[in-house]
Amino acid sequence: MIRSHVLICGGTGCTSSGSLKIQDEFVKALEANGLTDEVKIVMTGCFGLCALGPVVIIHPEGTFYSRVTPEDVGEIVSEHLLKGRVVERLVYADTGDEAEAEAIANVSLSDTAFYKTQKRVVLRNCGVIDPEDINEYIAMDGYQALGKVLTEMTPDEVIQVVLDSGLRGRGGGGFPTGRKWALTAPNKAPQKYVVCNADEGDPGAFMDRSVLEGDPHCIIEAMTIAGYAIGATKGYVYVRAEYPIAVKRLQIAIDQAKELGLLGKNIFDSGIDFDLEIRLGAGAFVCGEETALMTSIEGNRGEPRPRPPYPAVKGLYDSPTVENNVETFANIPQIILNGADWFASMGTEKSKGTKVFALGGKIEHTGLVEIPMGTTVRDIVYDIGGGIPGGKKFKAAQTGGPSGGCIPARLIDTPVDYDNLTAIGCMMGSGGLIVMDEDTCMVDMAKFFLEFTVDESCGKCTPCRIGTKRLLEMLEQIVNGNGTLELIDEMEKLCYYIKENALCGLGQTAPNPVLSTLNFFRDEYIAHVVDKKCPAGVCQALTSYVVVADKCKGCTACARVCPVGAISGKVKEAHVIDTTKCIKCGACMEKCKFGAIIKE
Amino acid sequence: MKSLAELQAIKEKMQNKVALREGSGEMRVVVGMATCGIAAGARPVLSAFVEEVANNDLSGKVTVSQTGCIGICQFEPVVEVFEADKEKVTYVKMTPEKAKRVVEEHIKGGKVVAEYTFASENA
Repeated sequence: MIRSHVLICGGTGCTSSGSLKIQDEFVKALEANGLTDEVKIVMTGCFGLCALGPVVIIHPEGTFYSRVTPEDVGEIVSEHLLKGRVVERLVYADTGDEAEAEAIANVSLSDTAFYKTQKRVVLRNCGVIDPEDINEYIAMDGYQALGKVLTEMTPDEVIQVVLDSGLRGRGGGGFPTGRKWALTAPNKAPQKYVVCNADEGDPGAFMDRSVLEGDPHCIIEAMTIAGYAIGATKGYVYVRAEYPIAVKRLQIAIDQAKELGLLGKNIFDSGIDFDLEIRLGAGAFVCGEETALMTSIEGNRGEPRPRPPYPAVKGLYDSPTVENNVETFANIPQIILNGADWFASMGTEKSKGTKVFALGGKIEHTGLVEIPMGTTVRDIVYDIGGGIPGGKKFKAAQTGGPSGGCIPARLIDTPVDYDNLTAIGCMMGSGGLIVMDEDTCMVDMAKFFLEFTVDESCGKCTPCRIGTKRLLEMLEQIVNGNGTLELIDEMEKLCYYIKENALCGLGQTAPNPVLSTLNFFRDEYIAHVVDKKCPAGVCQALTSYVVVADKCKGCTACARVCPVGAISGKVKEAHVIDTTKCIKCGACMEKCKFGAIIKE
Repeated sequence: MKSLAELQAIKEKMQNKVALREGSGEMRVVVGMATCGIAAGARPVLSAFVEEVANNDLSGKVTVSQTGCIGICQFEPVVEVFEADKEKVTYVKMTPEKAKRVVEEHIKGGKVVAEYTFASENA
């Protein structure tokens, strides 16, 4: 008889830090202690706190163990599972309140600083159920929404509920999901399609991957509901091949759903058919753009096509098609079960519900968080994210990946929703949130994202193919110290030209990182072109390493570590760096114990 | 899948199995499982509770978990029953048979089995 469940995170983050090995160790240790029949091991999806992985949760106590190593497993089994003593050194119990730190064993996971302001709708099953067992999903009300839709509701009623909920597309654009469905439903065609966009390509974003890995059945259920609503009997999930765990679990989920008759012919004896297939993306960022994605599913080179006609009229195989993002779909079953009013009660006036963010960059708790729309950047970064390592200052948060912009420190109290972000020249994007501290150069950051779009531009339209390349060249001139004030103005003009003339979303948004940094951090650009300095000390051509003579003890450590012999000086006398030889590798600064070497 | 009833049947069958993870049981049965408890026979007591709770379909309501030494080793196996807004009940010198009666009378019936409690042992 099972009395305890050991939940081990099997998400990509924890898997790469060794959670499969931990699973093996648990199997062995349980056997050695004769507990195999009493304790069940469950591999789940992402718990969200990736920075502290591998993560293990033991129920019924709900004890949250972080950074577990294979060596710790024996102790957890013999102490916790056998003798009921929590292994306190491994428990994560940071409530953000130091006074409480002592009562470690009594801290419930939902009270920790990381989880307490979160609201888990999309991620409700991630880290709770075994994604490879359809029965566990069913136990958590899985497929109830589909049952309700097929037996009690008309397609129009379904669309109305989604419209009333105020759900907007989570892939970045924020188009109302109900409206998309309503536009597709009336179009007559022999075959219509439902497509799920799981081609998550923004650097630093992993929301969709985590949903597919942790709760694949909710996507299947939602797509079937969408199929019923718009009259489609065929669906495709377009997922990038770089997500092997997500692809595997989704395929297992599809097979299980087919076996139970939750996909296929005559579902719930309603006469409704729906079938689903996976299509793998081969690594082109542009295929995350809806029309390029459909072109790719059709077997052609992934290039966008002009809209209109919109996919609602002429989408996949020239048939009416609804395409939604993974996170958008993940909200649907909950909206059907709990009602539009429930969903609309969360969030802000025009952005309802929650949003999942992948927190990354200069932040303590790298991971996956889900917050109600309208939560401020400050709450996300400091309360949930645990602040910035090393006590550094927050400079900006970048959202929307290569299509987005940044939120500077002075706007840190901005409530995050679609319209607020758009108003400050940023965008929600798919939900990557990269935190930057005082050591980040904003010009360099803009250049990084532009390099990405130049690489990923498909080449079909000139403004994007040539425009982004020229833009990047201008940025390179600036970081190399060859920029002028006129160049900055010219660059800005080019940005607007690309935005207005590019064919698809990729090109239209590609200049955003440049425009947004120009808007909020113009002084940094000016420092680069007028003073020929990089204030953050990142751009190599504009920084030089020097020895502060007063602080130098003449220990010779720097001279010995310098790979090009650019440092000279006698023992116990101040050293000097020859800037003509220096390759700016920074090895000397790292080596110096006295802080005598600085960047200028 | 031909009917909602079929789905409901799977859901009910599985719910007991995942309820353990919800941690929201109204009642918590905690078995002392330190060396002293194990030596005195706490393992079969724990198993008995787990089994009885499952057999009586109480998984959604009752959480059975374990703890370390409670500090009254001579009275092991010790079992504590916690219920919101009620005083904790401590049962001592438990056996699987006694566990069955506690589930039947206390957990299901709401009546403390006074003769097994620490209070009666000490009286």
